[in-house]
Amino acid sequence: MADPITIPQLNRIASQVRRDIVRMVHSVQSGHPGGSLGCTDFMVAMYFRILKHSPNFNPDGTGEDLFFLSNGHVSPLWYSVLARNKYFDLEELKTFRKINTRLQGHPATQEGLPGVRVASGSLGQGLSVAVGAALTKKLNGDNHMVYVLMGDGEQQEGQIWEAAMFAAHNKVDNLIATIDYNGQQIDGPVDSIITLGNLKAKYEAFNWEVIESEGNDMNDIISNMTLARSLAGRGKPVVNLMKTEMGKGVDFMEGTHEWHGIPPNDKQLESALTQLEETLGDY
Amino acid sequence: MTKITYAEQKDTRSGFGAGLLEIGRSNNNIVALCADLTGSLKMNDFKKEFPDRFFQAGISEANMMGLASGLTVGGKIPFTGTFANFSTGRVFDQIRQSIAYSNKNVKICASHAGLTLGEDGATHQMLEDIGMMKMLPNMTVICPCDYNQTKAATMAIADHPGPVYLRFGRPKMPVFTKEDEPFEIGKAQILIQGVDVSVFATGHLVWQAIEAEAILAEKGISAEIINIHTIKPIDVETILASTAKTGCAVSAEEHQIFGGMGESISGVLTQHRPVPMEFVGVNDLFGESGKPLELLAKYGLSAEKIAAAAEKVIQRK
Repeated sequence: MADPITIPQLNRIASQVRRDIVRMVHSVQSGHPGGSLGCTDFMVAMYFRILKHSPNFNPDGTGEDLFFLSNGHVSPLWYSVLARNKYFDLEELKTFRKINTRLQGHPATQEGLPGVRVASGSLGQGLSVAVGAALTKKLNGDNHMVYVLMGDGEQQEGQIWEAAMFAAHNKVDNLIATIDYNGQQIDGPVDSIITLGNLKAKYEAFNWEVIESEGNDMNDIISNMTLARSLAGRGKPVVNLMKTEMGKGVDFMEGTHEWHGIPPNDKQLESALTQLEETLGDY
Repeated sequence: MTKITYAEQKDTRSGFGAGLLEIGRSNNNIVALCADLTGSLKMNDFKKEFPDRFFQAGISEANMMGLASGLTVGGKIPFTGTFANFSTGRVFDQIRQSIAYSNKNVKICASHAGLTLGEDGATHQMLEDIGMMKMLPNMTVICPCDYNQTKAATMAIADHPGPVYLRFGRPKMPVFTKEDEPFEIGKAQILIQGVDVSVFATGHLVWQAIEAEAILAEKGISAEIINIHTIKPIDVETILASTAKTGCAVSAEEHQIFGGMGESISGVLTQHRPVPMEFVGVNDLFGESGKPLELLAKYGLSAEKIAAAAEKVIQRK
């Protein structure tokens, strides 16, 4: 077996993915850069190191780990990471959010984009879907894992807690959920909109195994996702509360909800790209 | 044609339960989910025989729809079961995104539809579900007419790829279709041939339409009774062939007129060859408590009202 990809290599990929994100959103003057940049390190770690997956996309995902994206608005991040994993041609990133594209504003299956197994965008649904897929893995005797990424603002959706109750009751322990805990949502800081309170205590009270991690630290992501994997199969679903910074990597986008769904202008793009090294070649 | 009769009355939801059990025996990929209404949906036999393939979702229908979507990834064919209200209105966005838009092989099975739910009243009497479901791209909408047909439809949709909405009801109603009759999705059934008026009915109102035919026959009017068990895709060919002969149409359904089967038929007629049409359905009202047949009479959905609509539309030719 080949040596696993190193942390410095992953960080170089993340820099390129961040370039892809700001360039895609700038090109169409539409999309969600803030959350995408914040989750970049996690998504890169998942697809280049953690997930057992094949870019020869099989919608049924039999015999491989599954990844579901519940907070579908971070689509430019997902598309870049999928393309950089050779799920589809890198050049297709140019078509993001443009007419006749497979790279819809929010991820969809309708156009047949490899890597996407269920549409997301309307929030709160991805955890239920992931739990269902985990049940099928168990029925099929497939011991691979199901992963799902959610937003923190998304935790305000009631369906999340329906799914959380169901997963714990049914001991869905082949499931690892990650919450992008950046503390921001469209209208402002999460604590100023509807606070999540003690999210760790809430998930623990729902009988989940809870871990906490730093989502903009590649070492921490790898070690905690490895830990999460080791906690699977013990009768409880696992949730990873992952602290991130919205807009990470582009100084003027960092730490604010203002860049949730706003594209950079030409000058801002130029500034952003000077902060992000082109490591693998732009699309 | 021989006169249509029945020997017994049974509930369509029991047809669903029987069909689910039978198809579960021949197809290991069938899984079932229920939101705390296992007895009402007649899913107990499936649960007992296939405990590993039955999932109790509790009173959380939104999650149940998401679970069903996820279960398809890896080849399962989920059948969800709850009341029509909780199968559609409560979870429209979950169905729209995770099932219909994602084109997942989920069978949404909805009992206690319409006024004939009875005493529970308007909160539970779903009269808008056909409209919501038929508007969704990729969705097939089926509303069988009796126990035997509901059983056959339940088995047929398992082999039909893509999302399906299957609508049935609570009370015991006449069983008049044959036990061994195969169910052909999308193909309307001409139950009684006639030349003066085409009556298109669905669900429980098919039997009311059959009774209306007898009323009309006594008056010398020859009505053609057609069972529209598949509302989407609608059988354009059969509708046009019948109205070409009769020159007028009546629709009959246990649903709002707005957004119902009748609107689909009128769309076919106005697009291809307009004829006068009358609509028997709930006319922009919520229901109320009562016995099933009392409610059908009060809201204008009885055999007598279908016959009256037929006479009226014939006058408009």
